[in-house]
Amino acid sequence: MTKSLKMPILKMTARNVSVAYGSKIAINNVSIDVDQDEVVAFIGPSGCGKSTFLRTLNRMNDTVASARVTGEIKLDGQDIYSPDMDVVQLRARVGMVFQKPNPFPKSIYENVAYGPRIHGLAGAKADLDRIVEKSLRRAGLWDEVKDRLSDSGTALSGGQQQRLCIARAIAVDPEVILMDEPCSALDPIATAKIEELIHELRGRYAMVIVTHNMQQAARVSQKTAFFHLGSLVEYGNTSDIFTNPREERTKDYITGRYG
Amino acid sequence: MSAIALLFLVLGLGLIGWLTARVRATRFRAGSTVRFSSLPSHHGWFVALWTAVPPLIFLVIWSMTSPALVTDTVLSTPAAMQLPPPGFDRASILSEARSLAEGRSFGAFHGLSRTLAPSYAAAQTRYDWIATALALLLAFAGGAFAFTRVKPGFGARTQVERVVMLMLLGASLIAILTTVGIVASLLYESARFFHVVPITDFLFGTHWSPQVIDGRDPGASLGAVPLFWGTFFIGAVIAMIVAIPFGLMSAIYLTQYAAPTTRKWMKPILEMLAGVPTVVYGYFAALTVAPAVRDFAVSIGISWASSESALAAGLVMGIMIIPFVSSMADDSIAAVPSSMRDGSLAMGATSSETIRRVLLPAALPGVVGGVLLAVSRAIGETMIVVMAASGVATLTLNPFASTTTVTKQIVDLLTGEAEFDSPKTLAAFALGLTLFVVTLLLNIVALRVVKRYREAYE
Repeated sequence: MTKSLKMPILKMTARNVSVAYGSKIAINNVSIDVDQDEVVAFIGPSGCGKSTFLRTLNRMNDTVASARVTGEIKLDGQDIYSPDMDVVQLRARVGMVFQKPNPFPKSIYENVAYGPRIHGLAGAKADLDRIVEKSLRRAGLWDEVKDRLSDSGTALSGGQQQRLCIARAIAVDPEVILMDEPCSALDPIATAKIEELIHELRGRYAMVIVTHNMQQAARVSQKTAFFHLGSLVEYGNTSDIFTNPREERTKDYITGRYG
Repeated sequence: MSAIALLFLVLGLGLIGWLTARVRATRFRAGSTVRFSSLPSHHGWFVALWTAVPPLIFLVIWSMTSPALVTDTVLSTPAAMQLPPPGFDRASILSEARSLAEGRSFGAFHGLSRTLAPSYAAAQTRYDWIATALALLLAFAGGAFAFTRVKPGFGARTQVERVVMLMLLGASLIAILTTVGIVASLLYESARFFHVVPITDFLFGTHWSPQVIDGRDPGASLGAVPLFWGTFFIGAVIAMIVAIPFGLMSAIYLTQYAAPTTRKWMKPILEMLAGVPTVVYGYFAALTVAPAVRDFAVSIGISWASSESALAAGLVMGIMIIPFVSSMADDSIAAVPSSMRDGSLAMGATSSETIRRVLLPAALPGVVGGVLLAVSRAIGETMIVVMAASGVATLTLNPFASTTTVTKQIVDLLTGEAEFDSPKTLAAFALGLTLFVVTLLLNIVALRVVKRYREAYE
């Protein structure tokens, strides 16, 4: 225990990663480390490639036929783009929460049980019940929905839907959770709840969050990466980035000169 | 003056009205700095419409009423006193006289028609002149009235706009009125049928043999249940067993797996199936599939298998419906937001798991709606069953046995020699009405389902 306090464990590493859609280069030569017990925030103006980069981390760019990824991304030292990497396994280990809450048109229970079912994590119904309850508790949603688990997930409020999606993601016990602007479709109160949740989940999962909102990045993350025009401009401790940026462009962005 | 010449004359007057009004409007615009509400061409159209439309409407009404007026005039001549009383003979003499007068025929069967022909010709000529004069009068009056209104401040633009709107309204009313007319005639003929045959006999009777009808109890041989069953069996069971899986699977492949280039050539080819005339499917069913089905049935030991089996017609109908089901399913699957798909893939689900567990359940209402529409098409389909299904109505569950359908029976009842007031012929209208009601209900339900589903994702 004492050892890990001082020595952060590297969870994911990206080296010289570039992404192109057809002939258009979206990400140019980005290298980043994500530690085991940290929240990393990606900030930058629209179209800077931060979401694209996030999606390379669990190979969601595979669904875009024209996308080409070069460079090396490792999860626990294993190259996730190597031919023997099973995408199904990878995505079970690296979960994702999207910009717009996207619960399946199924019951709340079935939404959370979806991942455990497809990955065969629960043998008996009782196991599945336990996983669903645990995930909903961790997502801070249990008390609000425990009496109506069979209601449709789409009937919840926007903020509840997003927490349901987080519960769904953590139900398969991932190691990393990627969040692509998880609060951009939510009101301030729902946003505060999600941020609180990120604090609580920290340490259990490594997290990467893309956000448009710089205060949010400052509030929830330990490290911040600033992207601009497909390049990683600056990456460092959040406190340094916001109080003492090394790069002029970073300073201009966080002080609101553009973006 | 012939009708065509008159038509062109009226249109020509309209053109003159257009030109003069335009010239006048251009003139008062010239040198003026005021902004006008209407362009010269609007004034032109305003005058042209006032010149041409009233006489055209008049001519349409006239062409419907003048034959009766002409006949009335002829009947009031002394020669008409010799005509037989109203009936078939009287009508045929009159129509013969008319053909003679118009120069369409030269020989006459009845002597009387020859005597009547000159008065017919005279009456016709007189009424033609009246029509011409009235039409031209209307054209000039309308044109002159409109022309006096061509002034700088006159809003010809809004007037023309209103006429355009009325024309469009008229066009859509014609479609609606036609539908109403068709339904009304179906209802009327069916009512006559149900006068002779009790509706319960027709709807619930299980014996159908319209060729041999007992005059005292026609309902006994006009029980339509075997037809309803045959229609349902061929169109909604066998055809759907073919169309649903193949249509759905091709839609899944095209939306989820096919590369854009594959989709680009595959989808049009699939849709080409929908463009094949149904008569061609009919040949295919009757000449290729039906014998093959019978041979197959015989080879597995069903020696009595019919060469007009329900299976053959149903199979081909199913193939015909595939593109329909496929494109409906394609639309519904494509309408599921891609965030659902991403959400599932991001959980580590494979493509097929995502389709099975997320996309299809989400698209299900749309797919069901599409299938209902497909069923309504299949049961109304005529050509395939006319060529491939049997005429014998049997109540059977065996796909190798011969069955018949409502549409096939309608064709059989109305072709060949038939009196128009026998229960046999009228039965065709009752069948048509039933089919109409059923497909209408299916369409309403299907469209509601599809619509509600669309709303859920917008």
